[in-house]
Amino acid sequence: MSETREKVLEVRNLGIDFGGLTAVNNLDLDIYKGEIYGLIGPNGAGKTTVFNMLTKVYQPTRGTIKIAGKDMDKLNPVQANQVGVARTFQNIRLFSNMSVLDNVKTGMHNELKYGLFTSILRLPKYYKLEKESTQKAMELLKIFGLDQFADLTAGNLPYGAQRRLEIARALATDPKLLLLDEPAAGMNPQETEDLMDMIRKIRNHFDISILLIEHDMKLVMGICERITVLNFGQVLAQGLPQEIQSNTEVVKAYIGE
Amino acid sequence: MKLVKSLFGPKTRGRSISFALVIVAYIVISILQSAGSIPRMISSLLVPVCCYIVAAIGLNMNVGISGELNLGQAGFMSVGGFSAAITNAVLLNTVSNDFVRLLICIVIGALIAGFVGWLISIPVLKLEGDYLAIVTLAFGQIIMSLMNNLYVGFDADGIHFGFINNTMQLGEGGKMIVSGPMGVTGNKMISTFTVGFILILISLLVVYNIIYSKEGRAIQACRDNKIAAETIGIKVSSTKTLAFVVSSALGGAAGALYMMNYSSVAATKFDFNTSILILVYVVLGGLGNMTGTLISTSVLVLLPEMLRFLSSYRMLVYAIVLIVMMIVTNNEQIKTFFEKFKKQKGVQAHE
Amino acid sequence: MAFLSYLIGGLGLGSVYAIIALGYSMVYGIAKMLNFAHGDVIMVGAFVAYFALSSFGLPTIVALILSVVACTVLGIVVEKLAYKPLRGASSLSVLITAIGVSYFLQNAAMLMWGTDTKIFPTILEGTLTIGELSIPYLTLLTILSCIVIMVVLTMFINKTKTGRAMRACSEDKGAASLMGINVNQIISITFAIGSGLAAIAAVLLCATYPSVYPTLGSMPGIKAFTAAVLGGIGSIPGAFLGGLLLGVIENLARAYISTQLSDAIVFMVLIVILLIKPTGLLGKKVNVKV
Repeated sequence: MSETREKVLEVRNLGIDFGGLTAVNNLDLDIYKGEIYGLIGPNGAGKTTVFNMLTKVYQPTRGTIKIAGKDMDKLNPVQANQVGVARTFQNIRLFSNMSVLDNVKTGMHNELKYGLFTSILRLPKYYKLEKESTQKAMELLKIFGLDQFADLTAGNLPYGAQRRLEIARALATDPKLLLLDEPAAGMNPQETEDLMDMIRKIRNHFDISILLIEHDMKLVMGICERITVLNFGQVLAQGLPQEIQSNTEVVKAYIGE
Repeated sequence: MKLVKSLFGPKTRGRSISFALVIVAYIVISILQSAGSIPRMISSLLVPVCCYIVAAIGLNMNVGISGELNLGQAGFMSVGGFSAAITNAVLLNTVSNDFVRLLICIVIGALIAGFVGWLISIPVLKLEGDYLAIVTLAFGQIIMSLMNNLYVGFDADGIHFGFINNTMQLGEGGKMIVSGPMGVTGNKMISTFTVGFILILISLLVVYNIIYSKEGRAIQACRDNKIAAETIGIKVSSTKTLAFVVSSALGGAAGALYMMNYSSVAATKFDFNTSILILVYVVLGGLGNMTGTLISTSVLVLLPEMLRFLSSYRMLVYAIVLIVMMIVTNNEQIKTFFEKFKKQKGVQAHE
Repeated sequence: MAFLSYLIGGLGLGSVYAIIALGYSMVYGIAKMLNFAHGDVIMVGAFVAYFALSSFGLPTIVALILSVVACTVLGIVVEKLAYKPLRGASSLSVLITAIGVSYFLQNAAMLMWGTDTKIFPTILEGTLTIGELSIPYLTLLTILSCIVIMVVLTMFINKTKTGRAMRACSEDKGAASLMGINVNQIISITFAIGSGLAAIAAVLLCATYPSVYPTLGSMPGIKAFTAAVLGGIGSIPGAFLGGLLLGVIENLARAYISTQLSDAIVFMVLIVILLIKPTGLLGKKVNVKV
């Protein structure tokens, strides 16, 4: 690992307690620009809790998070997104009554710089900026093979398409770090295969870092460059995929003794 | 044509239908009215219908688009109405043109109601679901109580306010504008159907233009999934506040128009029942569906008049109509029938 | 001394609110609906008791029983006809239907019994005097009834099989029906109990404020709803606490601040309490899992 690369995420000694119960503890994590990183572990290991802390949905009890060098302390989820972190959810959270296109355009909310009166009075700036954002959103949808569904209501999309739309929406916020929470959950092997290609494509196309939680080991070992294994909120192992695969501790945690 | 397009924006059929509906209705009613073929009972309801439509469009912004149940819309009508009555009395001699004065009254009613809405939204939007709803109910009741005890007089020295007990000593030529439980008295009636029509158009324009903008998308995003909206950088509280304030401002404008249609209106006119009535219009018209709101409000305001032949049974029939409509529109079989129809259309559009 | 007597008066009023609020809260807990027609069930109960007492000269206890029976039947019928077809519909649709039922009951009452105010006969006179303090027996009876109802209801919910089924339904209707609980029957029972309680509240309310008219239920209905939310809607001890608190605040506000503004003050208190405890005094906080 060349340490000269730009660090997108720097986590030190991160921990959170829920009413005396420590859910995550002593987590250190570095992710470099353009890296695809895997966060794995048995159910209840605290993986999603890490995501919730990184996006500031939960406030950590201890430790520091830096995204692109910026300290995330005291930020709320909205500010965290503005710093450059976006995510998807384990249980899909789309704007299910809005159109597919509008879901993506909503992701561009802060990028669209026109005010309330511009939209009420329909000033030329409204048309100009809306047109631009529609174009950009359509390009994003095309990457995910969703452009033909643009006008459909998001809630009516098939399951796999909903997962892809969630990624597209997150990317619309122009993040530096993308968090994917079990992107392959509920997908068949062929869909998972396509998803792997897509994740690589996203990384190359947008030049961003990706941190993903996944149970599908084929996907994790296939695309992640480095991996952290969590168990009971603690780091069990950290390293390259082949190191993780041969780590006896990890095997024990997954299969049990 | 280009101007029309730029005014009404791209695509979106629902919006064009709404505007067309309002304009056609206005033309037809105006023609019928000049021919004298509208019964007095109905024509006296024309302005109130406009008021309820505007209040309901506003409420639909809050309940349908923003997804927060509001049981206090009448409170904002009250604030708008009373502000307008005071404005009307104060400006009576300065602004002699009734039309201009009416517009000023409506604008002031909307602004003050919007401001009160903003103040109220600060505590209200900290809550969720049914708890939020009850707090809007509570504010509606509080506004009614306060207005019911308000005394406002106007004389050469300016405006005088009194609360609970009227101890006001008005100078010569002075008059009471608001007299506690009697409400507004001696108001000069200046509302017209045409102004009501214009107000509906403006309300539709404002609401639609917000819905189809980044703010509108943000409002709907917060309704559909608050947490997801936050993580893509949308400030939930300020977004919901916007919907709430627009809703209350339109309620205020509606209240102003309503007040200017009568010489006296008591504060109890804008009670919980009125709030509920407006909510019924919105729900029956369809959440987030402005065209539906236009139709349901017009029909339901006029329905008791149309049922007059049933004499004392009319409100009973009205109640039954309400229940049956809710049951029918929620019937699974009927729903699936319409959904099939919709889906077919949707697929065709994509082929 | 004056304060104490206002306080006791407030507890009396609060007991009536609490009994109504219990009905509201139970129905909300099980059917997850805001039953805005609940206030009008009180009105029906009041009319039935009025006619039993004044027109037929029946004893108070018989009038009370008749009123409870009438309201229980009414509650079940309304649930079956109007709310049951809407099972699974949006809560707003159910709310509007409840409003329709409310209009229906009010207008039916106007047609059947006229719009004029009828004077409810006195059912209990006299006052208990302790030193300077005098408390009407009626107030004591009201408070006592409320406590008894509260105790019996809590025992019913916690100790009986039906009560257990009710708690199961309020947690998760789907799982409850998989466990062999007849959910529709439980909902009917809940409406029956709520409406029966409304009848008791009606008699106590009209004994204290003896006017009977078709819209009499609206304000107590709103207040009881407020009380239920104040205590934490869905919670039975919450409804009890909320009702008493609301009655006391209302009575004290009337006595010491302003009669005209007592309602405004009650609602102000509600808002302040909800801002401090967003799910009411004894309500459960629901955490959303991300």
